[in-house]
Amino acid sequence: MSDVTVDWPDYRSTEFRAPKRPLATLPEELHALEGPVFGEDALQPLDNDLTKQHEGEALGERIVVTGRVLDDGGRPLRGALVEVWQANAAGRYRHEVDRHPAPLDPSFSGAGRCLTDDDGRYRFTTVKPGAYPWGNHPNAWRPAHIHFSVFGRMFTQRLVTQMYFPGDPLFEHDPIFNAVRDPKARELLVARFDLETTEPDWALGYQWDIVLRATPFE
Amino acid sequence: MMHTPSQTVGPFFAIGLSRTDQHVLDANGAELHGRLLDGRGEPVPDGVVELYDPVTRAWGRSATDAEGVFRFLVPRDASRLWAYVFARGLLRHQLTAIDLPRDGPFDIHLQGEQETTFYAV
Repeated sequence: MSDVTVDWPDYRSTEFRAPKRPLATLPEELHALEGPVFGEDALQPLDNDLTKQHEGEALGERIVVTGRVLDDGGRPLRGALVEVWQANAAGRYRHEVDRHPAPLDPSFSGAGRCLTDDDGRYRFTTVKPGAYPWGNHPNAWRPAHIHFSVFGRMFTQRLVTQMYFPGDPLFEHDPIFNAVRDPKARELLVARFDLETTEPDWALGYQWDIVLRATPFE
Repeated sequence: MMHTPSQTVGPFFAIGLSRTDQHVLDANGAELHGRLLDGRGEPVPDGVVELYDPVTRAWGRSATDAEGVFRFLVPRDASRLWAYVFARGLLRHQLTAIDLPRDGPFDIHLQGEQETTFYAV
């Protein structure tokens, strides 16, 4: 089982929120149900460059994050809507609930979206998010991550997840990351640094493919 | 190939998932609303519900408010809608069905004696 364990007490917010009953069998008609389609009108010009959405440039280590959205047969999914959100380089979200005493960056909102191209590829330019503390347990810190939301072709291919950065020393201490019990599956949440993707004199490059469940009936 | 595991939307999803008001599946539709509740019956104020009509393929999403309320405008002749539920504390989204027409709200109970039927997906 490569997916996350939903009932996972180490992540305290699961206590009253994780469903406890066995899941019902998915009705047959849902296997063949195509999901919502999003077109270019869902996008605005700078949606995939989070460093340039304001008058000033975002502060932090500039990065490119790119990869392909695939089904689990390895086939690229084109036209998939990919939405991202993240903390700024100091580890602070632009959200009223975030009380972490780290600076907000007036030049960084931390939201982006794009549609995958014919090869199933998405691409964002952003800054590397900072780690930040949270109240889950004493001295709890989230490893740096970017939230990803992906719509596949089929309705059942919906995925919301988080992408992490290689070699983060906080991995072993993070209950959200470790709610994925299979170490091989956890690796699928970690991007790969890639010199080919790195833009000289501009931005470090990371590659991260997203594999959705099967696309039936093809 | 192994598929990429889910992770929670966390408490800050509104940054990335609420650009515009997206609760309208049908501008001339009927209102459908309800509350997202935890295992103690407390409202979940930081959840998001995505609704899909498999017939018209209309889609929408609604973040819950301080009382855990989500609301949509849905096609008047819709018979069964599918809803994905996301929240802080939910490591993976949950799928449920909403049969229509119905009188009154459709509350989603994540846990407890009235736990909603969620489907394996």
